[in-house]
Amino acid sequence: MENIFDRKGETAWCQGCGNFGIRNIVLKALAELGLKRNEVVYVSGIGQAAKAPQYYDVSYFNGLHGRSLPPAAGIKAANPSLNVIIESGDGDMYGEGGNHFIHAIRRNPNITVIVHNNMVYGLTKGQASPTSRIGFQTPIQINGVSETPINPLALAIALDASFVARGSAGEPEKTKDIIKRAISHKGFALVDVFQACVSFNKINTHKWFKEHTYFLEDSYDYKDKNMAFKRALEEDPMPLGIFYINENKTVFEDNLAAYKGSKEPLYKRNTDMGKLKELLEAKK
Amino acid sequence: MITARRLTSKVSRLVGFITIKSRKVTMGKNIAPKSATKKDSNILSELIIVLAGEAGQGIQSIESILTGVIKNDGFNIFATKEYMSRVRGGVNSTEIRVSSSPVRSHTERIDLLIPLNDDAIPHLKNRISSKTVVIGDNTQVHYDKLVNIPFQRMATELGDAIYSNIIAVGVICGILKVLEEKLYIEIKTKFINKGEEVVAKNIEAAKSGYAIGRELNKNKIVNCVIAKNSSIKDDILINGSEAVALGAIAGGCDSVFAYPMTPGTGVFTALAGYSNKMGLVVEQVEDEIGVMNMALGAWYAGARAIVSTSGGGFALMTEAISLAGAIESPAVVHLAQRPGPATGLPTRTEQGDLNLVLYAGHGFFPRIILSPGDVKEAFFLTQQAFNMADKYQVPVFILTDQYFTDSYYNIQQFKIESLTVEKNIVETNDSYKRYLLTKNGISPRGIPGFGTGTVCVDSDEHTEEGRITEDLDGVRLKMADKRMKKLNLIKKVAMKPVLIGNKKYKTLIISWGSNCNTIIEAMKIINNRDISFLHFPQVYPLPKVTGAYLKKAKKLILIENNQTGQFGDLIQMETGIAITNRVLKYNGMPFSVEELKKVLEK
Repeated sequence: MENIFDRKGETAWCQGCGNFGIRNIVLKALAELGLKRNEVVYVSGIGQAAKAPQYYDVSYFNGLHGRSLPPAAGIKAANPSLNVIIESGDGDMYGEGGNHFIHAIRRNPNITVIVHNNMVYGLTKGQASPTSRIGFQTPIQINGVSETPINPLALAIALDASFVARGSAGEPEKTKDIIKRAISHKGFALVDVFQACVSFNKINTHKWFKEHTYFLEDSYDYKDKNMAFKRALEEDPMPLGIFYINENKTVFEDNLAAYKGSKEPLYKRNTDMGKLKELLEAKK
Repeated sequence: MITARRLTSKVSRLVGFITIKSRKVTMGKNIAPKSATKKDSNILSELIIVLAGEAGQGIQSIESILTGVIKNDGFNIFATKEYMSRVRGGVNSTEIRVSSSPVRSHTERIDLLIPLNDDAIPHLKNRISSKTVVIGDNTQVHYDKLVNIPFQRMATELGDAIYSNIIAVGVICGILKVLEEKLYIEIKTKFINKGEEVVAKNIEAAKSGYAIGRELNKNKIVNCVIAKNSSIKDDILINGSEAVALGAIAGGCDSVFAYPMTPGTGVFTALAGYSNKMGLVVEQVEDEIGVMNMALGAWYAGARAIVSTSGGGFALMTEAISLAGAIESPAVVHLAQRPGPATGLPTRTEQGDLNLVLYAGHGFFPRIILSPGDVKEAFFLTQQAFNMADKYQVPVFILTDQYFTDSYYNIQQFKIESLTVEKNIVETNDSYKRYLLTKNGISPRGIPGFGTGTVCVDSDEHTEEGRITEDLDGVRLKMADKRMKKLNLIKKVAMKPVLIGNKKYKTLIISWGSNCNTIIEAMKIINNRDISFLHFPQVYPLPKVTGAYLKKAKKLILIENNQTGQFGDLIQMETGIAITNRVLKYNGMPFSVEELKKVLEK
């Protein structure tokens, strides 16, 4: 069956790039969830992964490097009924966008954040990313990376994120299920997805990810924050799966004064000039 | 002439009058400045009051009760403040002009100074003249010509030192001969939540102050008779921040994103205050980068958002201003200026960010810059800013400054009946193209979720569909030209400058923004029909007529509250006319009427 979100055509990705794998996973997830095309909005920053929205048949806001999260929250504020999905890379999300990442978790808009994590900068040709591992050599970090990599899952759990998970481009079925859960989840849902960069990361390859990851056991309880944090800190092998869900958080857009009385998106509303008159009268 | 001896007898009369619990209230030795000894031809029809003291001493609480009561009793009023960037200590002052005719600008002159501490006197030394009456408590303020009113002791006798501020309110109301009932009603409204006893005590405090004030006035120590006009009570009392905030709502603004930064915070605070009533989106974002990007996301999905900031915060927004240019997003930015560079003088005023706003963002794209001259213009310009942003799909800036946002005065109620919120949003279909090439450069703006089409916006150079392109000689040129077409369109409809004064002028003053009222007041005093003033509510792009106005004048005077004359440079760039006669002020304070009077007398 034809996928309504599939936009055929050339991409700017290298042959064998993990981005293709993630794209296929996402396309299946969207179709299986039965989402309508005009209720989905994609948001991305800049980078090879951030080009992903170009290759779907959806509305998108392809903004600035590191700035996918603020417009995504803005979109939810304007129209909470839109299904907002971010796809961006590790540099965009955890580096340039690091501050927004922290505060978007606190803000907790109902969005899904899929981060392509290949531990390297692709578009700028091979520099270290915030998730590059210690010792990783690049044309800039010629003696190897010395800075501690970000652990996005541990960070998100520490901030009491609403939904925290990790998938892998090499594990399409289970990652698809995680992404479906993330999209269905009400609140900020992070899915960090491992992928290989075939051009600039010769260490963390498809094979390497296969060998250094495993799925959390079926009996794992994702409601246990302490356990989630502990498992997120495991370094080798690294677990995949849903680490943490907190369903007790309130959602950003629900808390806005704009939606206390009405659920209508802002574009459908008219300014109440009578109430404005009252505000002006109160200045007497 | 009232002799010193007669003055002394007046003091004793006062002493006789003011007693609390049979204890005499003594007045200072040198009770009155010389002005009080002059004839009644020196009766002031306007009283300029300055309250000064530490942050946290209660200047604001005095001011807030006082200005409301005075205005509602039929006096014209203007208030502005200058303050230090600290929460406690230092010296801050609030200037309150009370007049029988409308007053809307800052003056150096002080008729009545109420210092709340010793530092206030040296802080204001350049503004204290021989005619300035200084009243205060000699246990707190040491000044040889102090008119002593033992605020502290009177308050303590009422039960708490806190009442001293209300006593001061009473004194001023007594001097002005405010209808006592109105004062007590205001106090009751203000303190009713704190219980009957608090209300009663405050009214008692105000009464004792009022009696002193009446004596000071009757005995011409503060010699003023200010006519009241009952229609003033129907005026509104509104500051620059509130005018921008309410104007935004009138323009259909439904959301505000900001990060607190003085003096831009006022608009944010005002809108937050209205949010429950109006159903607004209000979000304090983690930084100004996030603010502007979030606002663009909101516009993209159909909101009409405003952001409010100051220069330093705006510096962080510039990348997203460029994004607005690229994705052709509407945006409304309120920037309240303060002196830079960097943190500069956080609570002071300047008009130093015109160039910042004019050139903010990499690459070329059109924009509109507005700058209101008074609160009414602020309300209506901000209202229009939303329609302009939406129509031309460009960022629109409203440039104000600390002096403008913090100053307020009474003005006739704004008429909103004819205002319209013009939403330029189209329902999309399957063949919708966000950047459809059109004759005038404006593409119909769809939003996601309204219609069947997809709405794709991209910070990369893009095709009509909003997808990345590197078709340099084809699409890139077309898109760049499309954006330029919008600028040409905006230029054609640019708001005309406002000529104040005679149409046949020899000298033309050129200025913008918050200098407007001060220039007008100085012109009234000078009363020279050869001098007119051209005020620019829209500072960019400039309307074509600008050059014609300038060429008519024999002499041009540029007045700007910045170091170099940024607007003068812009005028030269746009019209080729250089204005060399530049009156510039950049010490962090606004122009005063007296300063500009001197300029115009030359």
